Amino acid sequence: MVLLVLASVLLMTLDHKQNHLETLRSGLQVVVYPIRYAVNLPVDIGRWLSESLTSRQTLLEDNATLRSDNLLLQARLQKFADLEAENRRLRALLDSSLKVLDRVLIAELYRVDLDPYKHLIVLNKGRGNDAYVDQPILDAHGVMGQIIQVGPLTSTARLITDPSHVLPVQVNRNGLRTIAVGTGNLRLLELPYLPNNSDIREGDLLVTSGLGRVFPPGYPVATVTRVARDPGAEFARVEATPAALLDRSREVLLVWSGRSALAEPGERRAAAAGATPPESQP
Amino acid sequence: MSLIRHQGGWIIAFTVLVALMLTIVPLPQWLRPYRPEWAVLALIYWGMALPQRVGVGAGWATGLLIDVLKGSLLGQHALALTVVMFLTLNLHQRIRVYPLWQQALSVLTLTGLYQLLVLWFEGITGQRTGGWQYWMPSVVGMLLWPWVFMVLRDLRRRFKVT
Repeated sequence: MVLLVLASVLLMTLDHKQNHLETLRSGLQVVVYPIRYAVNLPVDIGRWLSESLTSRQTLLEDNATLRSDNLLLQARLQKFADLEAENRRLRALLDSSLKVLDRVLIAELYRVDLDPYKHLIVLNKGRGNDAYVDQPILDAHGVMGQIIQVGPLTSTARLITDPSHVLPVQVNRNGLRTIAVGTGNLRLLELPYLPNNSDIREGDLLVTSGLGRVFPPGYPVATVTRVARDPGAEFARVEATPAALLDRSREVLLVWSGRSALAEPGERRAAAAGATPPESQP
Repeated sequence: MSLIRHQGGWIIAFTVLVALMLTIVPLPQWLRPYRPEWAVLALIYWGMALPQRVGVGAGWATGLLIDVLKGSLLGQHALALTVVMFLTLNLHQRIRVYPLWQQALSVLTLTGLYQLLVLWFEGITGQRTGGWQYWMPSVVGMLLWPWVFMVLRDLRRRFKVT
């Protein structure tokens, strides 16, 4: 009993302070993999059934919409190619580093619930797919979160709305930099450190600023939904809704952005540490 | 004897495995804070019914698996479950003869202690948890205890786990 308690305390200390336990944790991840797989199985079967039993008509309609979507996106992409070339030229003129195109990989979510007070998700890609701790994940609409644990076959990620997650962002309209703090509510981010006179409005798009060196710059994060300026308070109350469909996406993108893959491991806590509880505002 | 023991171990491991699956099975958003601590309930039952087979070590191992499953700090659920199992083993002769509702109250105390310990560790490491709803799993666990008890007891009798 005493021995086990001591072992647990030792484990907790090691796990909290350093990252020596990654091997142990990934070994245990393999042990619990069948459990996760079994829980996920009914969902998989249901999806497979509904996919194989869809009528021809539905498939045809799907196909038509996808084709027209594809056409639209292709057209837009042509413009982007042009813009990208221009961007590269301008950056060369400014002598700033070339922005590397990010490598992405599609991962699927496991349909399992973790702690109800933390926003964690489990993905079906692990070390075998070169996933790494701190890797940013996106969905089709915006930033979702970052990976916090990598196992051999699965990995666990923290969403941007987790109460202990903090994300450096900037306002797309004017480049105003701030940080977005998770609230524990899937549809809500807070920007607690903006002075009352800062230039921010409802409807502003927030994008990643890349300052935490975890997320690549320029990906959409959230849209500002409410700005309340109380003359008596030090900071404005700014709320935003995440752009990503955090509770509805089934597939997510893992992003390898050239620089953050090389970032020092010591920097990883910079983005996730230091969250002030939003209630403690004056 | 050894054959029976072997068979019994299989059914204990199976129920704990099912409890672990229930721990992460997806629930609707509004129901999620009310999910009882299935693994703790199962282990309390086995510790109470067969203290010579399921002990503190089993509690620790299961707690470690919960830690990995939930992605929490390695060891926090393990430590909490170790303490709960220690108390269960110490009290098993008393709890066993209680009427069912009184047993449920004991289970409320034990799971409450488990949650308190987990909350304590999360507090030390600076994580935030919910308000009053945080304690709902213990209450739901208490309400479900008679049912859990009867299912596990029937399983134990059917498969003659000793």
